Amino acid sequence: MNYIDMHAHMISRTTDDYHRMALTGCLAVTEPAFWSGRDRLGPQAFADYFDHLTTFEPARAAQYGIAHYTWLCLNPKEGEDRELARQVLALIPDFLERPNVLGIGEIGLNRVTRNELATFHDHVELALEHGQLIHIHTPHLEDKYKGTRVMVEALASDPRIDPGRVMIDHAEEHTVEMILDHGFWTGLTLYPRTKASPARAIDMIEMHGPGRIVVASACDWGPSDALAVPEFVLEARRRGHDDALIERIVLDNPAQFLGQSSKFIPVKPGRAKVAAD
Amino acid sequence: MAFHPGTCLLTQTELLDLSFMEHRAQLLAVAAFLDRLDRAKGASAEEDFRLRAFREALEVLTSDEPGRVKRAQMLLSDQNLELLDLRDSQSAFGASRRSAVEPNAEVEQ
Repeated sequence: MNYIDMHAHMISRTTDDYHRMALTGCLAVTEPAFWSGRDRLGPQAFADYFDHLTTFEPARAAQYGIAHYTWLCLNPKEGEDRELARQVLALIPDFLERPNVLGIGEIGLNRVTRNELATFHDHVELALEHGQLIHIHTPHLEDKYKGTRVMVEALASDPRIDPGRVMIDHAEEHTVEMILDHGFWTGLTLYPRTKASPARAIDMIEMHGPGRIVVASACDWGPSDALAVPEFVLEARRRGHDDALIERIVLDNPAQFLGQSSKFIPVKPGRAKVAAD
Repeated sequence: MAFHPGTCLLTQTELLDLSFMEHRAQLLAVAAFLDRLDRAKGASAEEDFRLRAFREALEVLTSDEPGRVKRAQMLLSDQNLELLDLRDSQSAFGASRRSAVEPNAEVEQ
């Protein structure tokens, strides 16, 4: 089945992963900016990173017929350093016009500090100023509930925010309702240990319906699986769901959300139109 | 707690046929982990915030009330919604060492 992986940190994956993703039906990936495993030493590191995400990575994906899109920001794990944040935020507008940039992300909170929240608000302002879609990270473990709640309440109280243009990712059983109830899109990221499994993602879809829900591998350099979305498809079929429902989750819903950006080109097998063209 | 009856398409027997072995293994892994803790050199972690939360979550798993995963998630969550003044660490721990002063308190912006 064809699918779009809404969240894949391909910079940390091998080309073999693109190969396997193409074999299993991946038509497009969207890659949010992420933490590289250590805090960067200065803003120039981010300029290099953003250039990589908008040049090399789409070209590498195109070799396998996969369209590559990206989101730019300072990842929440580096949001504590306000001076660095100001310097990086000043860099981002120069990259926003590049053809595979869909918006600002993955912004959000990590340990839910005052500085992280200030950096989050700065990113939201940047997105509003430039009319960008927003892709939001929620903390992984004990911080997920409070981090999600702080951001949902902040965004819901801002009349300038259209929740239909915001994706709140890494949702789990204790946060999915609050995200959907406020009109946002929600992402279920599939991980072997720290996040939702394919079976739990299907549980949540069974209980809350398929509207405004997507799934993603969120694959990065940690324990993760670049083929988590096809694993979800297989598990959904084993659980008795028909292909129409599954395709809505893995292809139609992502295309609907991403289609709000004029840069997103509806994807078809073997016809990936990418920024490298 | 919402129950959502009938939303899973399979019967209970079909679910057992499909995934009993997988969850049997997960159950035994938890049992072995608890035994391993008992055998560990030095009982130094009985008051560890992670172990306390883990034992509380196990009680949720054995209850008959639906919504177990959400209640277990909340036991493993920091429900103190006050923002930290500064980042205390880069990584999370999986359970909270902070007390929930007001679990449902409104967040000050």
